[in-house]
Amino acid sequence: MNSIFGDRKTIFILLGPALLLYTGLKIVPVLWSFGLSFFEGNTLRGFEFVGWDNFAAFFADPAAIQSVKVSVGFAVVATIGQVTLGYLLALLYVFGLRRGSSLVRTIVFFPAILPTVAIALLFKSFVAVGQNQGPVNDIINFFGGESVEVLASTSGTMITAIAMTLWTSMGFYAILLYAGLLDIPDEVLESARIDGANGWQLVRYIVLPLSLPILMSSIIFSLNATLKVFDSLLALNNGGPGTSTAPLTLYMYRTAFEYAEYGYGSTIALVLTMLSLVFTLAIFKSSRKRVEE
Amino acid sequence: MTILGTRLSKWAVVAIAATIPLSACGGQQATDPEPTASGATSSSASAPAEGGSSATGTDPETFSVQTANENPALREQLDALAADQCKAENDALPLEHLTVAQADTVQKVTLLASQDALPAHTIAGTAMVRPDGDLGAGGLIVNLEESMGATGALDHVLPAVVSTENNVYGGLVSMPYQYNIEGIWYNKQIFADNGIEEPATWDDLMAAGEALKAAGVTPMTQAGAAGWPLTRLMGMYIVRNAGPDAMVKVRDGQAKLTDPEYVAGAQALADLASAGYLGEGFSTRDMDQSQNLFLTGEAAMTYDGSWFLGAVNDPDRNTVGAENVGFMPFPAVDGGAGSIDHYPANAGAPMVFSSKAYGPKVDAWVSCIAENYGQQAMQSAGIISGFKVNGEVTDVSPNTLEIQERIEGIEETVLWFEALFDPKSNSLASSNVTLLATGQMSAEDYMKALQDSIDANR
Repeated sequence: MNSIFGDRKTIFILLGPALLLYTGLKIVPVLWSFGLSFFEGNTLRGFEFVGWDNFAAFFADPAAIQSVKVSVGFAVVATIGQVTLGYLLALLYVFGLRRGSSLVRTIVFFPAILPTVAIALLFKSFVAVGQNQGPVNDIINFFGGESVEVLASTSGTMITAIAMTLWTSMGFYAILLYAGLLDIPDEVLESARIDGANGWQLVRYIVLPLSLPILMSSIIFSLNATLKVFDSLLALNNGGPGTSTAPLTLYMYRTAFEYAEYGYGSTIALVLTMLSLVFTLAIFKSSRKRVEE
Repeated sequence: MTILGTRLSKWAVVAIAATIPLSACGGQQATDPEPTASGATSSSASAPAEGGSSATGTDPETFSVQTANENPALREQLDALAADQCKAENDALPLEHLTVAQADTVQKVTLLASQDALPAHTIAGTAMVRPDGDLGAGGLIVNLEESMGATGALDHVLPAVVSTENNVYGGLVSMPYQYNIEGIWYNKQIFADNGIEEPATWDDLMAAGEALKAAGVTPMTQAGAAGWPLTRLMGMYIVRNAGPDAMVKVRDGQAKLTDPEYVAGAQALADLASAGYLGEGFSTRDMDQSQNLFLTGEAAMTYDGSWFLGAVNDPDRNTVGAENVGFMPFPAVDGGAGSIDHYPANAGAPMVFSSKAYGPKVDAWVSCIAENYGQQAMQSAGIISGFKVNGEVTDVSPNTLEIQERIEGIEETVLWFEALFDPKSNSLASSNVTLLATGQMSAEDYMKALQDSIDANR
């Protein structure tokens, strides 16, 4: 085996086709898009080199800055929510339900396989007002309150979007973290119990540190997925009211494909990439620090 | 051993995280960056050829027509013509349908045009077909006023259409398969029950709203989720207040949206909404819900285009009865410079001809469509088009006939609010209007944001 993987030619033959495909489908378009950030125009009008103008325009564009805030805010809140809920569920599976958890795991995971647009329509009807009023307002009316137009306000839309995201994804993160928790050796837990650790101490001093790697991976997964949120906010309220819940991805899409400004659209994509990179690196840095402590 | 694994895996994760958003945008842009418009035949330079034909290009192999996926009616009408009145043209150059999702129109047409692969006849974006738009400036589309003028087909086009297309597209470049005027549809029964006459002024409309609300009826329903059903009310107030050329002045920089007579329009909409005359949940109401509120007698009025006739004439949807539905122009504003007779009009999404594919056989198709489409569409589907109805039509509903008569009597049409905006400002007008109508943005702030966007995109 060693002799096969020691042979450069074999490595090249085995990796070559996949690498070529990856380069052609991923790397080239990425570089192409990067190059486009320095141009303005579209395929019909032609492209004109504008240097750093698109970047200067980005930082002076209130709509772009607003979109960054929406993306980052959504990512932070959704990540905290879905990883926390996922972790609590995973603890419940391992320590509460134990072997009987498979049915609950399946039920909680189920929303993850539903299409986002269908989920958005579902949540939209939950909070609907008017002739086809949804259950949320029915409950408010039952307790004597006035119907609330949830999707008419920024905070209402955001809360609905976050609730929707948590409902959809907590099952996925629960499974991910559950797999990590299963890796913790029973002997370690047992010896801690013998040493007199109670439930909370067991989680705080044994389970949490030992599941830190998978927890970090979950946070990185979650941050990167939620920073790139697109379909849920689009389907829920079209980035509205106004453009107050339009994330960077939606702004990028509209700029490139609705306003046919490919150069500026690519600039927005680049900023989004940098954001993902910064967040990922920041998590790595902080986790390394914690591990070294 | 570190808990988080090796450095290598760290950079692998970083690299994957980094590539995803970039490729989401970049993957669709790998197209020829060179402009290809330079070699196109300019439509303005086209001259009528001998024998009454005004062909500027070479006929393609089929009469390829790209329409919006959402508009099957047009495909049905063209199929009907190909089988009957335009059979000879179809034998010479068979009709072939291509479709595109309406939302992807600009993207797809831009791509096709840059690859020199425009269908003979295609839907396009409004801004693209104007003289300074991507298709117009490149001379990629046919000026129909010249080509149809040369063959005499122009005689079959209603005069109001030429006025509307000149206003919106800067010339007659689109086949007017639809011709829509807009106004307020009202429930005659509800008006009679509450002793309300057709409101002639905005103040009358507000008074009617008060009376209807007191009677427990939703005075007016609009599909706020779509945005434009709200901006239309504001735009019409502005046109009645500042005059029919109000939006042209904004485009030309002679007036600003922050001027008092424009801000008054935004304020009028905000007042209408805050008084509760649009009913509960209007900002998230979609088009079907809104139309159903009116058609089931829950709401007394709705501002909509003549395309609403399809629903009005459908007894399954319209439970109040077609005879109970009336149509009136948007009311006047006291002391305003506009007239109640100026109807906002549009000719649907532009349907243009590629100048390169405009050969004699395509030209023959155009003449045949112009002569027969009006009657065909009216007779078989009750569609009001911008073509004259040549011949008799039977079994057409009185509502449709009434609108058709109004259209024939119109000499001057006005533009809707966003008609002359760039795509970005257009989108902003629609998306911010819910903030305005729900009191989260003042009339001044709304107009300022919009004017700033227009100035930035000039």
